[in-house]
Amino acid sequence: MTTQIPDLSEQEQLRYISQQAADARVNVEIETEGMTLNLGPQHPATHGTLRIIAKLDGEQVVAAEPVMGYMHRGYEKLAEVRTYPQVTTLVNRIDWVGSFANETPFILAAEKLMEVEAPPRAQYIRTILHEMSRIANVILGIGDMGVQVGAVTPIFFAFRDREYVLNQIEAVTGGRFHPNFDRIGGLKDDLPAGWIQNTKNAMEKVRDFCDQIEELMYGNEIFQARTRGIGIIPKDVGLAYGLSGVNIRGSGVDWDVRRDNMSPGLVYDQVDWKVWTHPDGDSYSRMWVRLQEVREGTKIVDQLLDQIPSGPIMAKVPRIIKVPAGEAYVETENPLGVMGYYVVSKGDLNPYRVKIRSASFNNVSITPWLLKGVYVPDIITILGSLYFILGDIDR
Amino acid sequence: MGLVESGKTPKSLQTLLNMSRKYSLWVYQWGLACCALEMGAAFASPRYDVMRLGVIPLPASPRQADMVVVSGTVTDKMAPAIRRLYEQMPDPKYVISMGSCANCGGPYWDSYSVTKGVDQIIPVDVYVPGCPPRPEALLEGIVMLQERIQNEDMQERWVGEPIVVGS
Repeated sequence: MTTQIPDLSEQEQLRYISQQAADARVNVEIETEGMTLNLGPQHPATHGTLRIIAKLDGEQVVAAEPVMGYMHRGYEKLAEVRTYPQVTTLVNRIDWVGSFANETPFILAAEKLMEVEAPPRAQYIRTILHEMSRIANVILGIGDMGVQVGAVTPIFFAFRDREYVLNQIEAVTGGRFHPNFDRIGGLKDDLPAGWIQNTKNAMEKVRDFCDQIEELMYGNEIFQARTRGIGIIPKDVGLAYGLSGVNIRGSGVDWDVRRDNMSPGLVYDQVDWKVWTHPDGDSYSRMWVRLQEVREGTKIVDQLLDQIPSGPIMAKVPRIIKVPAGEAYVETENPLGVMGYYVVSKGDLNPYRVKIRSASFNNVSITPWLLKGVYVPDIITILGSLYFILGDIDR
Repeated sequence: MGLVESGKTPKSLQTLLNMSRKYSLWVYQWGLACCALEMGAAFASPRYDVMRLGVIPLPASPRQADMVVVSGTVTDKMAPAIRRLYEQMPDPKYVISMGSCANCGGPYWDSYSVTKGVDQIIPVDVYVPGCPPRPEALLEGIVMLQERIQNEDMQERWVGEPIVVGS
């Protein structure tokens, strides 16, 4: 089989020549030749299929370019040919580690258009599941960071304790990964018997995990040497690139959609909790904020479990859902950052247009700026501390 | 006139060979999407530890692997890379297609950018359905593949029909 070389335009030719020149450039001081390092698309550090093309000068990165699209599945186009309940099934699979959190903003946007409000019991259970998916997501991110710095034990611990949370999600929704449990106007089912006490036990185990991993990993000298002072994102640069979630709170910006811009339908204002920030902005501070976020999540879940009101779990919604014409944008604080859905309806069974604002896309867009000048081993730890999911980038 | 020339091995020797092959499968993990997490749970978690089945999920490159688990959505952009790395694996090699997306496209059956099934690119031995399949389902798929390897006649490779877990 022969590969056909397509005709190159003049611009492409120029780009090719400049790339070759960058490869062949010789560092006069220590006589090293430039080279191109291709990381991915299948690399454990990239959480899937991100590809990073790094131009190196010796051990230092001169320029890095992320190549995305290896996981593009066309969500926004597919959503236009699905009915509203079917879209929920689809968007579950965007950030596949914390699935329930993907459904929430879309359902809230649809409820906003239909002017329906879920009953209080449904709102509480929705918030609990939203927080539990955050815990399941971030635990894995912490364990994965251990692998990136060369320690395999944290990922075993993470998978072990994540199972307790997944068991609880499965007990109420029926799915370990993709619950598809949120409905417009409420939830599919009520809680099973004994779930509240079991969930409290699971949260206790998660807190134990946090204490364990704090001593095992965060207090480790190697971990600190690999993450302290590396991959520093200043406040203004982070905001300019549109970072959100933990990545911007790790740079000292006190901003959380759950507290500042909470959409009706979630009950974060009923609980006593804190937004954690860290002033340093390096890899360590991002991971530290993540750990505190898991702890805070377990506290939120515990408090909400105590206050769940009784009552129905489904508001009055017609069986065949037709959303009236209009536009709505709802964003929530998802495990990876701010996630929003802009839904345009023309009064049909299916949305006319759905624009998805996913957090990881912005979080990864900072990599060319961030990776410039770092050493090759630090690429891995910086990518690990940014913690993105490929489905959330490419959609 | 030897055994090598006739292409046949004595049955007892073949049983021994197959048994040692089936209990030392080196798996190359091709984690693509959601199923990669369930594959990770099956391979790296204490609950579903896969090494007790004689499967080692840690080859550094496809050149050291006996088997590849394609788990997740295969897109048209990714497909050439899968084909390329499959070609780098030494024979005999086996493929497990994990999840609806790798089997047939799954929930993205009408998407413009998704390959409808990895079997369009590489031959598949075991299909594990589910979206995503539970780790137990993947373990069952591996056990079924081991059964196939045990009963395999090296002369007649690729003749058998693919296995579907749970049918």
